[in-house]
Amino acid sequence: MRVILIDDEPLARSVVIEYLQSWPQIEIVQECSDGFEGVKAIAQHEPDLIFLDIQMPKINGFEMLELIDQPPSVIFTTAFDEYAIKAFEEHAIDYLLKPFTKERFDRAVQKWLDTKPTAEAKKDTTQILDNIQTSSPKNERVVVKTGNKIKIIPLNDIIFLAADDDYVKIHTAEGSFLKNKTMSYFEKLLGDVDFVRVHRSYIVKIDEITRIDPYEKESHLAILKSGEKIPVSKTGYPKLRQVLGL
Amino acid sequence: MSQHQIRSTNSVLSRNKIFLIVIQCIVVCVIAQSAILLWYGFTPETSMIDGSISTILLAIACYLIGNNLKYYRPEKNRYLLMLMYCAILASIWLLVNHWILDSLVLTDPHYAEFLYNSLPVRFFLGLLIISLMAMISVVYYTQQDQKETEKRKIEAETLARDAELYNLRQQLQPHFLFNSLNSITALIGSRPEEARKMIHQLSDFLRGTLKKEDQAPVTLEAELEHLQLYLDIEKVRFGHRLSTEISFHEACRALLLPPMLLQPIVENAIKFGLYDTTGVVTISIFAECVENELHVTVQNPYDPDTTRPKHGTGFGLSGVKRRLHLLFGRTDLLETTSYTHIFTTTVKIPQV
Repeated sequence: MRVILIDDEPLARSVVIEYLQSWPQIEIVQECSDGFEGVKAIAQHEPDLIFLDIQMPKINGFEMLELIDQPPSVIFTTAFDEYAIKAFEEHAIDYLLKPFTKERFDRAVQKWLDTKPTAEAKKDTTQILDNIQTSSPKNERVVVKTGNKIKIIPLNDIIFLAADDDYVKIHTAEGSFLKNKTMSYFEKLLGDVDFVRVHRSYIVKIDEITRIDPYEKESHLAILKSGEKIPVSKTGYPKLRQVLGL
Repeated sequence: MSQHQIRSTNSVLSRNKIFLIVIQCIVVCVIAQSAILLWYGFTPETSMIDGSISTILLAIACYLIGNNLKYYRPEKNRYLLMLMYCAILASIWLLVNHWILDSLVLTDPHYAEFLYNSLPVRFFLGLLIISLMAMISVVYYTQQDQKETEKRKIEAETLARDAELYNLRQQLQPHFLFNSLNSITALIGSRPEEARKMIHQLSDFLRGTLKKEDQAPVTLEAELEHLQLYLDIEKVRFGHRLSTEISFHEACRALLLPPMLLQPIVENAIKFGLYDTTGVVTISIFAECVENELHVTVQNPYDPDTTRPKHGTGFGLSGVKRRLHLLFGRTDLLETTSYTHIFTTTVKIPQV
């Protein structure tokens, strides 16, 4: 069994290292102190399990997991995160609240060994992540991977989103990026204050719209400051009118 | 909501009471005036008409002045103006009254003569009653205003207390506390001496935080000592990459500042300068006296890839700004700048 520890505090990692000494079948292949290192280490070692802190520099634990195509099993270690706790409580993944006891730690590891990383469990992890992301109020950015680089996009920089097969294409002034999420995920994430879903396949930032033109029968086109033309559907049009106060 | 309901019921009750008193006064006046006229030998009909019309018109005049004073009250020492206003109102009342009575009761020549002769008496009686009404109104509405002010003051105090409680909760910073406890757990196994030291630091810090519940100003030296404790604890957690610099001009040592004012600024510096960065960082605090003000500058690096300083209040310092505004009535006491990955916060504390 190979594990990776990801936590920005050396002392916090040393607790896990100490506790793991009584589990000879588990080998620590790497320690990471931020999410970027974590992404690389997981790609390189393909561990069976990771111990993951949530509050970390650069990108947080949730954001890091989003960037990994096939995330390993995760045991979260965190000091205090009421939103995460709430999300966890509704699902069967384990989490350890710092400071945690050896007994509590052993129970978490045993639980993992018992269930083993199955495809089912991994699906569960993805689902939990969706829940956590949308229930956390402080999520003000989206993290995407382009090639080997990690790009952090503040929500404010998004001009519009377009559905693209299983992906969502995020359009910003700096270019467009693909993210493996659904439109409804983004609709929830972006709320209805600054953004509006004008079409099954389009979400637009309200401030970016300069005018709305009629287009064919019963549908419209939203013209953006960037010159882009976004289709507005029959159901999207009343929503758009409402947020614009027309 | 319930408070509001109670309040409005109260005012309705008192309004009913006032209405009852007004009706009673009018009835008494009508009876009294009619009786006087009867005594002078006029017919009951004439007496009743005179009594009723004079009193009702006077009541209207009183209502006018009372209503007027509800919205406008003369400043102090401007009561002569009000008396003049009363006199004008009394004159108008007298003229209208005289005109109506004169045209109504024509049959009795004695009455016409009496009406004319009694003008001065009627004038002074009217003036007296109108002035009395004005006086009562001024007292009543002034009292109402005072009640309103009192209520606002209580509300403001409640708000301030709520804010204080909120601050207190914020001060306890669950993240910081639990992470520190976790570090102690780690140290106990390998380095028990350091664990013990950290427990002492954490205790001193928490004790200092709790002691600062009251709003009495503290000296710069004491405040910096408290911050040093906080930073020392963070150094146990992030010692491998955190270094701190605290310095101040000797002359500032005993200058005063509101308690826990710098804490959120330094916490902010730690949050963006340490928690959200990966390299070796230096957080510096520097204090100097400029004219009659104590200037404290806190500097921290930040990661421009993940964090963007907002304009105006910086990262999350609007609470500090608000507090400074409440304390000193100025909005220019907190300044933030960001330049080549360094974020600088300067707070100015006027020395009273």
